[in-house]
Amino acid sequence: MNVIEKVTLNNPHALPARVKSQKKKGFFRQSGVYLFLGLFAFISIFPFYWMIIGATNHSGKMFSSPPTLLPGKEFMVNLAHLNEAVRIGRVLFNSVFVSVLFVILALAISTAAAYVLAKFEFKGKKTIFTAFLLSMMIPGQATMIPLFKMMSDFHLLNTYFALIAPSLCFPFAIFLMRQNLMAFPTELMESARLDGASELRIFLSIVLPSMKPALAATAIFLFMSQWNNFMWPLVATTSSEMYTFPVAIASLMGVTSIDYGQVMMGVTIATIPMIIFFLALQRHFISGMLGSALK
Amino acid sequence: MKRNVAFPYFFIAPAVLLFAVFTIYPVLSSLLLSFQKSTGGELIFTGLANYQRLFGDDIFIKALKNTFLILIIQVPIMIFLALVLANALNRKLLKLKGFFRTSFFLPAVTSLVAYAVLFSIMMQDDGIFNTAIHMLGLDSIPWLSHPVWAKISMILAMTWRWTGYNMVIFLAALQNLSDDIYEAAALDGAGKWQQFFHITIPQLKPVILFSTILSTIGTLQLFDEPMNLTKGGPADSTMTLGLYIYQNGFEYFDFGYASAIAYVVVILVAVLSFLQFKVTGED
Repeated sequence: MNVIEKVTLNNPHALPARVKSQKKKGFFRQSGVYLFLGLFAFISIFPFYWMIIGATNHSGKMFSSPPTLLPGKEFMVNLAHLNEAVRIGRVLFNSVFVSVLFVILALAISTAAAYVLAKFEFKGKKTIFTAFLLSMMIPGQATMIPLFKMMSDFHLLNTYFALIAPSLCFPFAIFLMRQNLMAFPTELMESARLDGASELRIFLSIVLPSMKPALAATAIFLFMSQWNNFMWPLVATTSSEMYTFPVAIASLMGVTSIDYGQVMMGVTIATIPMIIFFLALQRHFISGMLGSALK
Repeated sequence: MKRNVAFPYFFIAPAVLLFAVFTIYPVLSSLLLSFQKSTGGELIFTGLANYQRLFGDDIFIKALKNTFLILIIQVPIMIFLALVLANALNRKLLKLKGFFRTSFFLPAVTSLVAYAVLFSIMMQDDGIFNTAIHMLGLDSIPWLSHPVWAKISMILAMTWRWTGYNMVIFLAALQNLSDDIYEAAALDGAGKWQQFFHITIPQLKPVILFSTILSTIGTLQLFDEPMNLTKGGPADSTMTLGLYIYQNGFEYFDFGYASAIAYVVVILVAVLSFLQFKVTGED
C-alpha cells in the first residue's frame, strides 16, 4: 500500500489538501521562473531601447536625472550630425558592398572546397582538411601584421580587395558546408554519373539545389562575421572613405568632445538592420551562427 | 567508369591558394618576425630578444593577468547562466518561449563594437546605470574609472553579449535529450536542481566543452571590448593581450615584439584547448 492510499484511507480529506499545497508550490515556482526569465529578457532588451532613446534625443539627455525614458524628436538632427562626422551613406555602402561581395565569393569558394572534401577521395585531402581545422585556432592577431605588410607593399591598403581577400578562405564555413554535404546521398551522384552527367553538372544541378538551408545558414554566418569585423578593417583602412561601420563608430568615440546623440545614431544604424534580418530569418540565423554545434 | 580525376583539385584549388597566401604565409612570416627587430627601417635577426623582453615588461604581465582573470571569472559565470536559462526555457508548458529565446539571443547579433560603445555610454559616471542606482538611493559606481570596477564592467558587458549565444547552443542540445531519464529521476524523488546538476550537466558535457573551448579562444584574443569599452584603462587595468598586440604593432610599429606576443597567444590557445579536452574528455 503506498503512502497516498494510506493517507486517503485514514483521512478522506487529506489528499485534496496535499494536492492543493503541491499546486500552490507549483504556482510559486512557476511565477519564480517567469520572474527570472522576465528579468533577463529586460536586461537583454533594455540596452537596445536605450540605444533608440539616445539616437532620438539630444546628446545631453542620456545623462539627465531623472532619466529620459521616451524617444525624442532629434532623430534627423543626430542623423545630420553623424553624416557630417563620417559620411554615413558612404560607410553604409562600404559595409553592405564588402559584406555582400564577401558572402558571394566566400560561399562559392567554401562550398566547392567542402563538396570535394565531403564526397571525393584525392591525394592530400587529409592534410588539407587538417590544416583548415587547425587554422581555426589561430588568432587573427597572429596573421594581422604580415597581412598588413603585404597589403602595404602591394599598395592595397584602403581598397575593397584588402578588406575582403584575407578571409575569403573561411575554414569554419568549409567545415559547416562539409557537415551538410556529407549527408547528401552518394547514390544520387553515382546514378547521374552513369547517365553521363559531368561532375560540374552533378554539383550544380543535383547537389546544390538540395543544400539551400545549409547555404542560407552559412551565408548568414559569413555575413555576420564580415559585417561585424573590426580589427582587420581598422588596420587595413586609414582613409575614412573606406571605413566600415565598426571602424566608423569607433572613430566617433575617439574625438575630444563626443556627440553622444550622433554615436547612438551610428550604433542604431549598424544594429537595427541586423535585428530585422535576424527576426525575419531566425531559424537560418541561429543554425548559421551556431554552426556545427547544432548537428 | 571513367572518373574525372582532376575535378576535386579544380574545386579545392581556390580555397587552398587563398589559404596559402593569406593564412600559411602570414603565420610563418609572423613567427619569423617574432625573432626580428626593426632598426632604421631594416629588419634584423635578434634571436629570442623579443621573447626575453616579455618577462620584464610590466604591461605584458598585466595584460596576461587581466586576460586570465577575465577568462577564469567570465567564462564559468556565462556558461552557468546560459545553462540555467536554457534549462528554464526547456520546460514543456512554458509560455512565451519564443519571446524569451529571441530576447536572450538578440545581444548576439549586435556587433562587438556597437555593444561595447553602447555600454561605455551607459556606464559613464553620470550614465543611465548610475542614474538608476541613484534613484534606488545608493551611491554611484565608478564603472569604468576604477581599476577593479572596470574589470567587472567588462565581465558584465561580455556576459550580456554572449550568454544568449551559448544558451541557444545548450537549448538545442537539451531538446535532443530524452524525457525518460528525467521522469525516472522525478519518480525517485529528485528535485529540479538535483536533476539539473546530476542529469542535465553531465549529459551536456560535450556541448559544454565545445562552448568552453570557443569562449576560451575568444577571450584569449579579446580586443574589440577593451578597445571600445575601456581603452584598456584605467592604468592598464583592462589591458588584454589582444589590445597590447595591436598597440605594439600599430601604435608603436614594433612588428617584431607584437608578433612575439601574438605567438604567446597562439601557444596559450593550443595549450588551453588541449588541456580542456584532456580534463573533460577523460573521466
